[in-house]
Amino acid sequence: MKTLSLDKQDILMVGVGGQGTVLASDILGDVALSMGLDVKKTDTLGMAQRGGSVTSHLRMGKKVWSPLISPKEADILLAFEKLEAARWVNYVKPGGIVIINDLAIPPLSISLGTQKYPADRDIVASFKQRTTHIHMLEGSKEAGNIGDVRTLNVLMLGFLSILIPIPIELTAWHQGIARHLPEKLISMNMRAFERGREMATNVSL
Amino acid sequence: MKKTRRLLSGNEAIALGAYHAGIRVAAAYPGTPSTEILENLAKFKDIYAEWSTNEKVAMEVGLGASYAGVRTLVSMKHVGLNVAADPFLAAATTGVHGGLVVISADDPGIHSSQGEQDNRHFAKLARVPMVEPSDSQEAYDFIYDSFPLSERFDTPVLFRITTRVAHSNSVVELDEERLRSDREKRFRHNIEKYVMLPGHARVRVPHMHQRMADLAEFAETTLLNQIIDGDAALGIVTSGVSYQYAREVFPDAAILKLGLTYPLPAKMLRQFADRVKRLFVVEELDPFLEENISVLGIQAEGKQHIPRWGELNKASVSHSSRKAGITTAIDSIEEAKPVEGLPGRPPLLCPGCPHSGAFFVLSTIGQRSKILDAKGMSEGESKLIITGDIGCYTLATYPPLRAMDTTACMGASIGQAIGIEKAGTTSKVVAVIGDSTFMHSGMTGLVDAVYNDAKITVVILDNSTTAMTGHQDHPGSGVSAQGAATNKVSLEKIVSASGVANLAIVGAFDIKAVRSAIRTALDCGELSVVIVRGKCAVINKLRKNQRQVDPELCNNCDVCIAIGCPSIKKQDGRLTIDIATCMGDECGICQQICPKKAISPIPGSKGK
Repeated sequence: MKTLSLDKQDILMVGVGGQGTVLASDILGDVALSMGLDVKKTDTLGMAQRGGSVTSHLRMGKKVWSPLISPKEADILLAFEKLEAARWVNYVKPGGIVIINDLAIPPLSISLGTQKYPADRDIVASFKQRTTHIHMLEGSKEAGNIGDVRTLNVLMLGFLSILIPIPIELTAWHQGIARHLPEKLISMNMRAFERGREMATNVSL
Repeated sequence: MKKTRRLLSGNEAIALGAYHAGIRVAAAYPGTPSTEILENLAKFKDIYAEWSTNEKVAMEVGLGASYAGVRTLVSMKHVGLNVAADPFLAAATTGVHGGLVVISADDPGIHSSQGEQDNRHFAKLARVPMVEPSDSQEAYDFIYDSFPLSERFDTPVLFRITTRVAHSNSVVELDEERLRSDREKRFRHNIEKYVMLPGHARVRVPHMHQRMADLAEFAETTLLNQIIDGDAALGIVTSGVSYQYAREVFPDAAILKLGLTYPLPAKMLRQFADRVKRLFVVEELDPFLEENISVLGIQAEGKQHIPRWGELNKASVSHSSRKAGITTAIDSIEEAKPVEGLPGRPPLLCPGCPHSGAFFVLSTIGQRSKILDAKGMSEGESKLIITGDIGCYTLATYPPLRAMDTTACMGASIGQAIGIEKAGTTSKVVAVIGDSTFMHSGMTGLVDAVYNDAKITVVILDNSTTAMTGHQDHPGSGVSAQGAATNKVSLEKIVSASGVANLAIVGAFDIKAVRSAIRTALDCGELSVVIVRGKCAVINKLRKNQRQVDPELCNNCDVCIAIGCPSIKKQDGRLTIDIATCMGDECGICQQICPKKAISPIPGSKGK
């Protein structure tokens, strides 16, 4: 069931500082640019670069005006951590795609015992207000199996590459990844990208 | 013509545009969201780029370079222009020789600042032209145009950007073969222009007013201002990133997009207003355009509908236009509610941060944290008052450390501490300031403390970098903005030379030494300075022998949690240390403070 419009894609990437969220959106932005699309991208780090929440708005299409994605208009939410995913429910458009890495990084308030980490079922239920396309994947675990949990961001891009309703050639993805990573990390990240694609092939749309 | 298409941030585009315009000198002090402009310029080895001690000095360096005839760029965040206001207004009076462009990067919505202010007012105050780009392409093109503008009208140009222009990436067509200025350095003796004695300044003032009149004429025809034809039912006047939101919300409206936002093109505005039924000004923060349009006798709407503070976005602009009765479109999608009570994720000091130990000591000295807990924040006065400053260490305000009582602006901690002491408090007063901030504007406060015999303690947290903004060098780091080894200004020599008799220097990860130095300083009853020195954890790549908790010995006293280290976690009543983030031997603070000796190194562990 592909109901997504092809003339624009708003992709919201969220995670925790250090997870490579911004690099992932840099890669996809670059890939979209190489496909001849107009691209705008803005990252919200603020004071949060030290282990805080990270949000990256990535918009692509024939012509993009605002650099920010508006509530209820994100075509895809790509979340590297569950709590960070949960904050952005209202940004997902009706019928949008939600991809969540099954990883909990509890903030300090959990250690201090002042707050509770949300339960998986509650997070999923909140997204069901908007869509049934909710994918929870064991990205960090698989990235660890590949050899380094830090390949999670590229693995998530692999998963996204199957679901994104814009025809992007595989070579464009490969070139985009290679352009943004140091030589010695490319082959491991290519494996992570492939693993992400495999994980997405069983998913029904 | 050779053109390349790249995805660039506004700041990258400004740096390239200025370089292609042939600048020879650039000066700045780091500050979000402006920092990357100078960082990118510093990569070009055929120009001179410096991190200045503070924004005032940066502006003065820029002014000197301009007097010497070369094109010059000075950049800073919005509050930096407050610091640099004196030389900025002086520059407006003397005028320039080589083109001088001053970047003010405003932060609507306060992503990473101590306040929100609309620096467009500075253009009016200083009587200088102001240019505002709305995306990276315009940042690249407009900065290029701003240098000849500066030279032609003998004035600094205020180039105003906001966070969403500075930090958004958009597509830029670069013109690598752009004609670069080949101005030679040449300083000309001209005291009527460069020596602002009252008699000379009085002569300059009419020049400034004439220049603004000439610029108002120029505004009518410059390509910086553009009309986008559309339905005459609605005319939008806008600039900067607000243009992008307006364009998306009102795809059919006629738009007057201003790139030169001061002075305004009066005739152009009148003609535009006559052609449309309703004139709507879409701008972030203050009604700057709206008020200046109203002064021309043109009726315009704006801030009675549009928020006066915070960032705009498409949703807020469309909400405002519904309120104004401009659109009737209804938002039919119901709000989706997130899970209730989601915990926040405030930024924290990093694992292995050299500031954590000092703040742990400050938060436990005099039972400070217990007092705050038991009495609440409002009652009484803690035995230790901690005035704070601006940097990563401001994060020690948050629980569990809660070791900061004030933070106002760069360098304010020391002056505030003096004031609190002189007001007659019986509590001890400690000012906490970082090394870069001390160089920026803490030194003058310390000199004041010596001169006026203030009985305070100043703790200088020295990590030898400007960490918060991304590790820029500064006078105390021994490395220049362009990466060359240079003279290193010694913190302790400055402190001693100022006349401070009680000075201690301690390693940041030796908790006993930090505690003893701070205690001694507090007890000496005189002005005292403690320099706490340790490498920034983000820079320090060494990490081995990560720490672990022995569950047999741990009695859950939670003292280690009070450091606020993100590696130490407690879930379901069990304490663990995250091996992937723990700095191990480079830190070891938790091991030093554990009363049960339950924390020890994992031998040979290298972490992840």
